Amino acid sequence: MIRRALGKIYLGIVVLFMYAPIIVLIVLSFNSSKSRVVWGGFTLKWYRTLFESDAIISAFGTTLTLAFLSAAIASVIGLAASLGIYTMRKRNYRIMLFFTNIPLVNADIVTGIALMLWFVRFLELGITSVLIAHITFNIPYVILCILPKLETIDIRQFEAARDLGATGLHAFTRILLPDLVPGIMAGFFMAVTMSMDDFVITYFTKGPGVNTLSTLIYGEIRKGIKPEMYALSSILFLIVLITLLIVYISGRTNNNKSEPADY
Amino acid sequence: MISESETDPSEVMCLSKILIELKGISKTYDNTPVIDELDLSIRENEFVTLLGPSGCGKTTILRIIGGFETPDKGSVYFDGVDITKLPPNKRQLNTVFQKYSLFTHMTVADNIAFGLRIRKKSDSYIKDKIKYALDLVNLPGYGDRYPDSLSGGQQQRIAIARAIVNEPKVLLLDEPLGALDLKLRQEMQYELIRLKNELGITFIYVTHDQEEALTMSDTIVVMNQGYIQQAGTPESIYNEPINAFVADFIGESNIYDGIMVRDRLVNIGGLDFECVDEGFGEGEPVDVVIRPEDVELGDPASGHTTGTVTSIIFKGVHYEIQVESAIGITFMVQTTQNFPVGSYVGINIIPDNFQIMHKPRSEAEEILNINDYQS
Repeated sequence: MIRRALGKIYLGIVVLFMYAPIIVLIVLSFNSSKSRVVWGGFTLKWYRTLFESDAIISAFGTTLTLAFLSAAIASVIGLAASLGIYTMRKRNYRIMLFFTNIPLVNADIVTGIALMLWFVRFLELGITSVLIAHITFNIPYVILCILPKLETIDIRQFEAARDLGATGLHAFTRILLPDLVPGIMAGFFMAVTMSMDDFVITYFTKGPGVNTLSTLIYGEIRKGIKPEMYALSSILFLIVLITLLIVYISGRTNNNKSEPADY
Repeated sequence: MISESETDPSEVMCLSKILIELKGISKTYDNTPVIDELDLSIRENEFVTLLGPSGCGKTTILRIIGGFETPDKGSVYFDGVDITKLPPNKRQLNTVFQKYSLFTHMTVADNIAFGLRIRKKSDSYIKDKIKYALDLVNLPGYGDRYPDSLSGGQQQRIAIARAIVNEPKVLLLDEPLGALDLKLRQEMQYELIRLKNELGITFIYVTHDQEEALTMSDTIVVMNQGYIQQAGTPESIYNEPINAFVADFIGESNIYDGIMVRDRLVNIGGLDFECVDEGFGEGEPVDVVIRPEDVELGDPASGHTTGTVTSIIFKGVHYEIQVESAIGITFMVQTTQNFPVGSYVGINIIPDNFQIMHKPRSEAEEILNINDYQS
């Protein structure tokens, strides 16, 4: 009895520490007082001024473009990579997976600086270099979402389709792809959140004049914290939250499908 | 299928033409040879079973015929045309896979229609064909179901229906009954024979189950370690196994070391037995096979040798009895009579029921001998 109560309290504290700061941030974004300690009444003015700022709107656009474009490209490359890794024999499979996982655990700052050094050698830092950087760190997430899905599929279905007269492409798009869609979607949205989330790698690989929301907030905050930034951060949090929910729900409906259908 | 032992005059298969021919097929996985220089020909309308333990290369042969594997060496001919490099979708044969491999996100009807839609058949044709195929496999009205909602046996039937609507000349079946329970497996064996007769096409069947092979096949090809050990009718393979492996694999067997005394006389455990085999060298060590149902137990006084029953197991149709004999060898016996443990019995075996085989002097020679037999 006491153990369970203690467990619940512990859980409560953990959740509190994780989410209280975000809740405070969101509350403050509606605070009409500029003070961080006094509640001056409810307002939407910070959101209004936010959307009147060209810099913010442009950064917002850049962030979304980067996120979706890099996620889309990473999904295609990641899908191809997953298929390739899947068909490998055990030893090569493990080696490839090991190298795929390195960028996931590598410190962002190392990846960021490394990519920057690499890019300055070949191209001018700008939106292209950030895009390539984002695709690079997104690919492992996509592979991580697709590969387990691939393991659960009966790959002989592909052979069965070939056997029934389908070309390789037809068999892939008609038979394997539908089963892989949940994994691809999960990978895609995971990549979108990762891209939107990223500050360090973007900071090092972006050229002058290019700003995503996170680099913009960082720049603004150095000049002093303005309540608009609370509003901006709240929006960013909300977008990431929604994408994660999509990933979660698409993953869940996908699991339900494997249960025998009722007839 | 041509084999030395094919003497059965009722074997009309000999008259039909050769449809599939494998010549000098070799295949290696990760530096391990799976099949080496294999030749095999399959006639039209034949029910051929590739039988062997797992890893003997039988599935690889099926996959080479189906087009899912390319042999390292050798060629595959279909109706006289070299199809070795032809992709699976261009071959006039269809496969029923081991785990059915139905398309899980499609209805049964869509599964069956898959091949027909690729061939751009008309909707009315496809509709008729779906109905025909579902009737043929005894599952009418199942078209709107999803594979997940069907039992193993039903899924198996749908997999067969999906293959045969395309009117292949050959149906390849890769252990299709392996996942089913015994009762269902036996039912499906009859179904398959019926289908084969109704469709009049060639079946190439892969299994490790000797009973399945004996029940359904026109020709059995017994394989081990990538080599064909023996090919022939079920009767010839069962009654005249060419070596100890075949004898042991096809049905339960007593296999003993023996020495040929002279023609028609073999010595086992120091006792001479009359047999019908000739042409072995005098004093040549041989393998002797005696089927458990061919060992007769009776009165000790009239027995060629005697023994004591050490165990008896009821198997339904018959008893399985172990007899420790006076000549120091153990006989496994199948009989409908009941002999309690400890009984003292006489043992008789008629000369016809000894199957005498040359002993391979080494494994390499065993393989060579078999190759001689093949060519």
